[in-house]
Amino acid sequence: MNVFSIVDLDHLLLAAIPQIWYALPLIVVVSLVYGATRHENLREILAHSLRNAVWCVGFMSIIFFLIWIAGFWN
Amino acid sequence: MPEIVYPQESGEPVVVDLKDPYWAAFLAWIWPGAGHFYQKRYAKGFLFMICILSTYFFGLGIGQGRVVYASFKPGNLRWQFVCQLGVGAPALPAIIQSMKTKKGGDPYWVLCERFPADYSNSSLAFHKITPENNNNYTGETIKDGFMAPPGGMNNLRRRSRVQTDTLGRWHFEGKHYFEMGTLFTVIAGLLNLLAVYDAFCGPAIITPAQREMLESKKKKKSKKKSKQ
Repeated sequence: MNVFSIVDLDHLLLAAIPQIWYALPLIVVVSLVYGATRHENLREILAHSLRNAVWCVGFMSIIFFLIWIAGFWN
Repeated sequence: MPEIVYPQESGEPVVVDLKDPYWAAFLAWIWPGAGHFYQKRYAKGFLFMICILSTYFFGLGIGQGRVVYASFKPGNLRWQFVCQLGVGAPALPAIIQSMKTKKGGDPYWVLCERFPADYSNSSLAFHKITPENNNNYTGETIKDGFMAPPGGMNNLRRRSRVQTDTLGRWHFEGKHYFEMGTLFTVIAGLLNLLAVYDAFCGPAIITPAQREMLESKKKKKSKKKSKQ
C-alpha cells in the first residue's frame, strides 16, 4: 500500500481539467523564473513576468487559432 | 567575492554580492533557491524554490512517482532524466534506484508488483497484481519502484508482434498523466539551470549604457538598409 495507490487520478479534479489548461501553470512558472533571471527587484520581476506570460498566451492562441482553421481543410 | 553593480536610469544602482559564485551555483543546483539564500537574495531564493519545486513535485505526483528514473539501456533510453537532473537533490533518488536495479535487483520503495513477461496467462503479463487477479501466484514478480526504471525486459517480441512491457503499461495506466508528469519534471529541471546561472553570474540586467549601445546599433543597421 503506498500513497499513489490510494490516489485514483481519474476521480480527482485533475480528470475534469482539459489537457490544454496544464499549460497555464507552466506559463506562469516559466515567466516568473525567466523574469527573475533578468531583474533583481521583485516588482520588476513581476512586471516582466506578466509581459512574458501575456506574450506566451498570445502566441499560443495564434498558433491554436491557425491549427483550428487548418482543421477545416481536412 | 565578486560584487556586481548595475547602474539604473533612475534611483539607486542595483548591487548584487555573489560571494563565492561556484559554491552558490552548486547550492542552487543541489536545491533550487539555496544558492540565492547563501547570497542573501532571499526574495529570489523563495521565488525559485517555490516555482521550481512545485512544478517538479506536481509532475512527480501526477506521474505517480514513475516519471523520474535513470535508464540508459538500449531500448529504454530515458533522455528526459538528463533534464530532470537539473533540479538537483530531488532527482538523485533515481540514480540510487538505477544502481540498485542495474543487475536485475529489486528496487527500494516498491510501489506495486506485476506479473512477469512469461506468466501463464499472457494477457496479464506486466499487469499489476491485485487481489482480484493474483490466483495465489507466488512466483517471480516485476516490481515498480519509486523513481526506479521500469523492471522486466523492454521491447519484447512475441512471434511476429511487439508485446507490451512495463513502460508500455505505465503509459497505458497513467494515460496522459505520465506524459504531463514527464513534461513538468523536465521543465522544472531546465528552469533550475536558469537559477544556477543567476546564482553564478547575477541577473542579466540591461544597463542604460548597454541599452544605448543596442539602440545605436539598430539605428546604424536601419540607416544602412535605407541607403541600399
